[in-house]
Amino acid sequence: MSPDDLTAEAVVARGLSLTFGTGPEVTPALDNIDLTIRRGEFVSLIGPSGCGKTTFLRAIADLEHPTAGTLLVNGMTPELARRQRAYGYVFQAPALYPWRNVERNVMLPLEIMGLARDERRARAQRNLQLVGLSDVAQRFPWQLSGGMQQRVSIARALSFEPSLLLMDEPFGALDEITRDGLNLHLHDLWRTTGMTTVFVTHSIPEAVYLSTRIVVMSPRPGRIVEVIDCDLGAERPLEIRDTPAFTAIGSRVRHALHEGAPHA
Amino acid sequence: MREAWRRTLPIIVVVAALLIVWYVAALIVDAPQGALAQERPLLPTPGQVTGALLTGILQPLDSPRSLIYHAAVTASSALVGFALAFVVGIALAIAIVNVRMLDRSLMPWIIASQTVPALAVAPMVVVVLGNIGLTGLIPKALIAAWLSFFPIVTAMVTGLRSPERIQLDLLRTYSAGSWHVFAQLRWPASMGFLFPGMKVAATLAVVGAIVAELPTGAQAGLGARLLAASYYGQTLQLWAALVMASILAVVVVALVDGARSLLVHARGGRL
Repeated sequence: MSPDDLTAEAVVARGLSLTFGTGPEVTPALDNIDLTIRRGEFVSLIGPSGCGKTTFLRAIADLEHPTAGTLLVNGMTPELARRQRAYGYVFQAPALYPWRNVERNVMLPLEIMGLARDERRARAQRNLQLVGLSDVAQRFPWQLSGGMQQRVSIARALSFEPSLLLMDEPFGALDEITRDGLNLHLHDLWRTTGMTTVFVTHSIPEAVYLSTRIVVMSPRPGRIVEVIDCDLGAERPLEIRDTPAFTAIGSRVRHALHEGAPHA
Repeated sequence: MREAWRRTLPIIVVVAALLIVWYVAALIVDAPQGALAQERPLLPTPGQVTGALLTGILQPLDSPRSLIYHAAVTASSALVGFALAFVVGIALAIAIVNVRMLDRSLMPWIIASQTVPALAVAPMVVVVLGNIGLTGLIPKALIAAWLSFFPIVTAMVTGLRSPERIQLDLLRTYSAGSWHVFAQLRWPASMGFLFPGMKVAATLAVVGAIVAELPTGAQAGLGARLLAASYYGQTLQLWAALVMASILAVVVVALVDGARSLLVHARGGRL
């Protein structure tokens, strides 16, 4: 599919609800979500645990099934989008296969898609270079640090050139210094590829640093409290986090999170 | 050099201690009949067993007393049985993991099959198969496989089910079919479980082959040798055949370990 065939909206959710379980055990996870994500945006979903941000991301990926409302990905149902391999998904854990070296891990989706061997290798090299890991292509996952492993998993998600990148707290398990480095890296990646990205996080600075828009959610059931524009411009060195504009957006997010919190 | 010494020293110490205990026990047990001086000691000393073992090994290969010949006969049915157990065990595990109904219906029978004493079943298997014209290696291999397939099934069922949710979800995002889920994830993930199971299975295949030789009136094989020796009270022959059987088991387990090392090497040092 060429980019011209794509709809201007990458994700459209209208009145989207999702509940887990049946009968008296029923747990509402998402309640009446309305959201449109346009092509080329970097949208963060932020909220406390249990606010349904991961569930929403998984619903976009067709890993969970909404119980009400409509959800369109690239103008089609999530299942059809998944079958067309419309998105790359980066999980909380790298989920690399320990029996494959780095290069072959990146080639995994390409093998499943049935690409020729040379093309697989070329794409693996290109995407490993994109995440700055060309020199460890022949190493095995357990020989890499947690941050490097997660970069491999990002290269793997990019390798089949999806139109949409879905990331579920990809840096949540990493220390803050590694996390800063990866945020910088991810921002550059997003600028160079222009790839529509939906990013789940519970870190306010991370969301403000990376996003063009921030969706603040509240728990039980998951609702959207506020959608905050994050217009810090394209050029974002790490120092931008000390500017008043950055702090102002951060405090708006914090305020919205507080507003959405159930009063205890 | 130092490192090698540090590794082998504990083994040497344990073996030496065992030999001393064995030797002293033999002296005490055999004392009433005059230790060391007899042809059929109640408990032969390590030296006597080694002597009998060497005599057996050094016989010409066509001699009925050649331990190499008997070991080869047992090894052939053990290896054929092990290969059969490998194929059947893995096929059953794949079926059980893929078809929920088979998990409920097949597993109890597989467990029940192992509660039946092989020694009791072996003669019946041999007689029944003999009646339909199957004699020689096949009945013995079947009994070896009977004992041997169980650890392979259980190990593979566990191994094929070992991938975590996140790894399965990952393949789902690639819209991978069930063949890819099997070939790219379940199968490679099961290898770490398969090899310990295969080691147990390998020793059981040797046990099964020997057990199959006991009641069948087999003329050849370590089992036949054990039976004849115990019938005639030839303790030296008995012990020599026993040691030969354990050497055979060690060799078969070493083959499994060799296959494992190849895979570990291909996977960059970890299974």
